Amino acid sequence: MSAAIDPEARGSWTLALRRYLLRRLPPEHLLPERQPAFVRSWTYVLGAITLASLVWVVISGAVCAFFGPQWWHVSPQGRFFNSLHFWGTQVFFVFMVLHLWAQFFGAGWRDGRALTWVTGVLLFVLSIGTAFTGYLSQENFDSQWIGVNAKDAMNGAGIGAFFNVLNFGQMYGLHVLLLPGGLLLFVAVHLLLVRMRGVVRPLSETPR
Amino acid sequence: MSAARDQETYYAGVRMVPYDLVKELALALLGTALLILVLATAFSSPDVPPVTIQSWAQADPVGFEGTAVQELQGQSTSAQYGPPYNHGTGSVQSFGFIQPQEWAGVHLPVDPARDFVLQPLQTASAGNPQLAAALARYRAASPSQRSRWLDAYAHALDKATVRAGQVVVAPGSYGPVAEMLSGLLTIARSGGLDGQLRSSTRFYQTDFTRPLLFLGDGDYFAGLAEKQHLLGSQWGMMNETGSYPGQTWLWLYTMWYQIPPYNSSSSADLLVVLTMGVLTVALALVPFIPGLRDIPRWIPVHRLIWRGPSR
Repeated sequence: MSAAIDPEARGSWTLALRRYLLRRLPPEHLLPERQPAFVRSWTYVLGAITLASLVWVVISGAVCAFFGPQWWHVSPQGRFFNSLHFWGTQVFFVFMVLHLWAQFFGAGWRDGRALTWVTGVLLFVLSIGTAFTGYLSQENFDSQWIGVNAKDAMNGAGIGAFFNVLNFGQMYGLHVLLLPGGLLLFVAVHLLLVRMRGVVRPLSETPR
Repeated sequence: MSAARDQETYYAGVRMVPYDLVKELALALLGTALLILVLATAFSSPDVPPVTIQSWAQADPVGFEGTAVQELQGQSTSAQYGPPYNHGTGSVQSFGFIQPQEWAGVHLPVDPARDFVLQPLQTASAGNPQLAAALARYRAASPSQRSRWLDAYAHALDKATVRAGQVVVAPGSYGPVAEMLSGLLTIARSGGLDGQLRSSTRFYQTDFTRPLLFLGDGDYFAGLAEKQHLLGSQWGMMNETGSYPGQTWLWLYTMWYQIPPYNSSSSADLLVVLTMGVLTVALALVPFIPGLRDIPRWIPVHRLIWRGPSR
């Protein structure tokens, strides 16, 4: 096919962006049908399971958010969806931590993949923040106790007035919108980086 | 160089095999859905009801009045706290020249004596001449006189008994304090104090700073937490009520509070925050830190991941 460009499109930022994306992330890398043989190792499934559990956490959380923060205390259906959200979070963290350790011991940052590692750690930190605000938003005894104790750490660090863990409205807003929004954004960046660069070769097959 | 050529070069000589990423994700979605469904159905989720000022006043009236006295004396944790609530120094943390709590200043002003005791009594005194008179007498007294009344009442509470939900102390020179605290206890037992501490000048509100600070000043709240193994000394930060898993991913954060010098420092929170901040940055920058980035070569866990060869 000819690579001729419509003269009127010369200097087009849109075209430049499309070309850059196609060059950096060709569709066959975004959704490849063949992978290096080592990707069949069990360890590469951990990231996919983490992502899958995050999907259920988001869906169950969205249902809880739709019906409002009182729902899961007063209705069996609400309690059930809260339970899905609770256990989804536990499963998400178990597999995320396993994924993190697997990548650490496989030195997954090698060969130009440092940014993938950094975004992964950022995701871990964001997930902790999102879960923390979730625990504060439960509206039960645990939320009260966590808030009363966590305020000392926040105040000691000088951020207590701006990140007031005793302010349910602020914590709930952060939990259902800002933090998960940031989390999903970084998940997208993390996945794109993985697909752009491909999976790192096993440490045992890489010369020092 | 294009990404396609980058990968071709990188995987040169590596055996490529069919691999269905979409099927893998679909199976992961199915598997996790089943796992989460089973866990949610079998174990439900924790939901121990929150403590209220009302339940505190009903369960522990003597402790409730003792805390209220401390608020009036300016001796409670909240009264002496410091930023962001007031200009006290009791809970101000620092590490050398690092004093972020002082730097941040007072942005959520709380005056426990006024907010937790006097203002609710003022509101309740409308239509209650006896309480209004006691409050007026207290306000008119000198600080030293108030202090003598409060000290005497605090001492009397050590031997107080409870009769029909009301605190009974031996006769003494308490001035209007006994009347005031009896009034406050009555409001609290009815649930009125919960509403008053939550209320603000706006109709809608979602900020529970004041009632939670008041609850935190008393021993009743911590006693309940201890039964639920939630105290800091019980690794409470990563625990949940009942037998449910909590924020177990905070184990490292929690661990620092159990060991010296953190567990004996008055600035433990700041020290832990600084320590975890440094460790988190180090974790993010592992690829760039010689020694840290070499650990995977020294500890060959990677052989469990892939024994190769992939050619």
